Amino acid sequence: MKSLGSIRRDFAPWNDPNAKPYIQFDNVTKKFGDFTAVNNLSLTIFEREFFALLGASGCGKSTLLRMLAGFEEPTAGRILLDGQDLRGIPPYRRPVNMMFQSYALFPHMTVENNIAFGLKQDGMPKPEIASRVAEMLKLVKLEQFAKRKPHQLSGGQRQRVALARSVAKRPKVLLLDEPLGALDKKLREETQFELMDLQQNLGLTFVVVTHDQEEAMTMADRIAIIDKGEVMQVATPAEVYEAPSSRFVAHFVGNVNMFEGKVAERTAKTTRIAGATGAQIVVDNAVDTAAGADIVFAIRPEKIRISSKKPADAVNALEGEVYDIAYLGDMTVYHVRLDDGQMVRASTMNAARIAEDPLSWNDRAWVSFRPDAGVVLTR
Amino acid sequence: MNATWSRFNITSIVLGFAFLYLPIVLLIVFSFNESKLVTVWGGFSTKWYVSLFHNQGLMDATWVTARVGLISATVATVLGTLAALTLTRYTRFKGRVLFSGMVFAPLVMPEVITGLSLLLLFVAVGLDRGFLTVTLAHITLTMCFVAVVVQSRLITFDRSLEEAAMDLGATPVKTFFQITLPVIMPAIVSGWMLAFTLSLDDLVIASFTSGPGATTLPMKIYSQVRLGVTPEINAACTILIAVVAIGVVIASLANKRREVQRQLDEQAAQRG
Amino acid sequence: MSSAAVTTASASPATNAGKSALARLGAAFFGRLVIIIPYVWLLFFFLIPFVIVFKISLSQTAIAIPPYTPALDFSGGISGFVAQLKQLSLDNYTWLTQDALYFNAYVTSVIIAAISTVLTLLVGYPIAYGMARAPATIRPTLLMLVILPFWTSFLIRVYAWIGILKPEGLLNQLLLATGVIHQPLIILNTYTAIFIGIVYSYLPFMVLPLYSALEKMDYSLIEAAKDLGCPPTSAFWKITFPLSLPGVIAGCLLVFIPAVGEFVIPDLLGGSQTLMIGKTLWNEFFANRDWPVSSAVAVILLLLLIVPIMLFQRAQARAQEMDR
Repeated sequence: MKSLGSIRRDFAPWNDPNAKPYIQFDNVTKKFGDFTAVNNLSLTIFEREFFALLGASGCGKSTLLRMLAGFEEPTAGRILLDGQDLRGIPPYRRPVNMMFQSYALFPHMTVENNIAFGLKQDGMPKPEIASRVAEMLKLVKLEQFAKRKPHQLSGGQRQRVALARSVAKRPKVLLLDEPLGALDKKLREETQFELMDLQQNLGLTFVVVTHDQEEAMTMADRIAIIDKGEVMQVATPAEVYEAPSSRFVAHFVGNVNMFEGKVAERTAKTTRIAGATGAQIVVDNAVDTAAGADIVFAIRPEKIRISSKKPADAVNALEGEVYDIAYLGDMTVYHVRLDDGQMVRASTMNAARIAEDPLSWNDRAWVSFRPDAGVVLTR
Repeated sequence: MNATWSRFNITSIVLGFAFLYLPIVLLIVFSFNESKLVTVWGGFSTKWYVSLFHNQGLMDATWVTARVGLISATVATVLGTLAALTLTRYTRFKGRVLFSGMVFAPLVMPEVITGLSLLLLFVAVGLDRGFLTVTLAHITLTMCFVAVVVQSRLITFDRSLEEAAMDLGATPVKTFFQITLPVIMPAIVSGWMLAFTLSLDDLVIASFTSGPGATTLPMKIYSQVRLGVTPEINAACTILIAVVAIGVVIASLANKRREVQRQLDEQAAQRG
Repeated sequence: MSSAAVTTASASPATNAGKSALARLGAAFFGRLVIIIPYVWLLFFFLIPFVIVFKISLSQTAIAIPPYTPALDFSGGISGFVAQLKQLSLDNYTWLTQDALYFNAYVTSVIIAAISTVLTLLVGYPIAYGMARAPATIRPTLLMLVILPFWTSFLIRVYAWIGILKPEGLLNQLLLATGVIHQPLIILNTYTAIFIGIVYSYLPFMVLPLYSALEKMDYSLIEAAKDLGCPPTSAFWKITFPLSLPGVIAGCLLVFIPAVGEFVIPDLLGGSQTLMIGKTLWNEFFANRDWPVSSAVAVILLLLLIVPIMLFQRAQARAQEMDR
């Protein structure tokens, strides 16, 4: 893969074999009774990284966060922070702070006192507390709300108080449990960028739990995709999207078309796949697969071209009939039923206001794509 | 539930409340009766209230009741809050079933049984019946009511508040006193009020467990009622009702004002 | 807390482990105390008294202080204690079965409590239903109005009915004046007065659980039933009532159990002609000063109520689970 790296060009400690991991999950297992929430999971997170744990609800991602915070102890395995084993250290002695999904603002305290709470627990001198609180209020632009109680704030303001409270102690690691889950869509997008700025400016390590792939893709340096208590893939957002390691990941992040098939023929540069339903697909060699192996070819809808005539230069072109069209404004999504019966989803950016090659329901159509447009998955 | 309020609904509420309040209203009205006959109106008078304050026995009993109520309600609130914490926070310990049984059973246990059994306990351990025994008995009864009130608040308590406090460096004990206790305080206060009024009301258990010199107001009223209905008792009852009603109404109005203020605040916050 | 804490900790992991172990021990002790204090209190003041009641129910009346024998003490050593144990007997229970008065009192109490419970449900359900259907703005006020009488003395509320139900009381005055009747009704000192007293006194106990069950109910369920062609009456019986059943059960148990052992109401409104077990126990204890027999009466009453009490506790526990 060419340049499927980090957004922050000069930040990629995971590619540096000498980089010291900051947070380490070492074969961690967590059981609640008979239920295994986390299953023998290992993971490393680096200092100053913005790391996202992405998964459906109940996949064990929150349990990971809660173990890091100290609310749960692993059943087996260990968790290291900056080289120190965290086992047995209660939450109130860990140098990590958490921003809760419900915000968990203390309802009987003002914004100011909420932010000062953690500092007071450390016995910080009063003038220092006051200046730190003022600094935090400024950081989240809530200076004029210092004396308000949580119920006198809007949802977005509450979220910012929760954020200020959790970073006030300058923790080594900030844990964020669905930090934007309770906000509406527009506010959520704004806040994503604010969080990224904050992380950059404070130089903290962020571990965020989310079920929203867009949120994870926008904010994180790396994403760990979790399913049933196991890590499916850890990679940069671009890698996760363009080079998913398994069918699960490909399905979980974004939309995808899957062609089941066997490796029919391998040449020096390309592999020919015989689709289970008859389609012949030629792809660049990326995965080591022997002829005859069962594989899946996965391709994203936006990498498929749709046209009414067969494109002359196409390596891969399959014919079918337009089954469904969804016009979404910025783009149009076509569902094409190939002649072998397989459904293909193709999306086209609406770059021009009026389509050059208009297609309608039940029209004959060709879908085509380049040999390097998709990935071959063996898992 | 939300729908049209039909004529049937309104009628049943009006009749129901008339049933609940008419006897009390009549009792109050006839406490101002000039005539000694409680049920025949003989003109307005406050003389029964005056004579009430010259009734030394009744005054003494009032004083005893107030002290028993204050002490027992306070101790019961502490014990009941602990019991509520036990019920909600410790879901697995030996004897939990027995414990929850002992908390819920007194709520419905006929008072004659509770009263008799407590008396026999006091006799068995050689405790002289009097102020102390009534107070202990009332603590035992009312702590269970406090436990139920506080428990229902604890069930809806957002545990992430406590986790947040600990996450920010507060030890469990500090977390309890700085976060949990202030947040559930309204429930604890209403638990206290309930305990106090239950103690104020109780006749049966007090009759069993009280001794010479510790006659409570309900015991005094009861012994006078047995001799016949008099306007003086009506007057005493009216004062008792007034005290409790004013207390409850003030508490719930304050509560309501807080609630309204809160809603206004929230609306203002949403607007911007 | 911050970096300092962890740096020191990583420098000397042993101290940190020791400290946190100590802290955990402290927390565990604090946690234990939360359980132990109310537990021990209730064991001593609620459970042990029943054991004593049971023991005394096996004793004999005596003209002494305390007025029963044996008093069970260890002054005579182990052998003396065993000799005392031998004096215990079931005589009081035999006595209870021989005198029809007790049997009748138990049966009457259960019947009266059962009828009163049904009456309270019939009176309370429309009120609770009306409240649940009331505009949300006035619901808290209605709720407070239902609770308010509960805060005023039980004794006073029962007493208030004497003046109303007496032969020359307010009810008869009203009925005679309006010409509905020509002879005063005899209500006071009858079972009717007891029914009125119980329904009146226990009404809030019935209305509150009913209201909380009905208020939680989503009214769109009824609309859905009607939309699917169900007429209102049958929608009530098929949707509303079954969903309010937890409230009905809780309310009925809250009325029935204490009503069986009720003393004040039968004593003040029932007069000397009516028979209820709570009053029997009271008289046995205060008038006859027969502690062993009153203990036996209490033991049988408790056995009678143990099943409803356990049902009540289970209902409470289940309601709790659902709220969680």
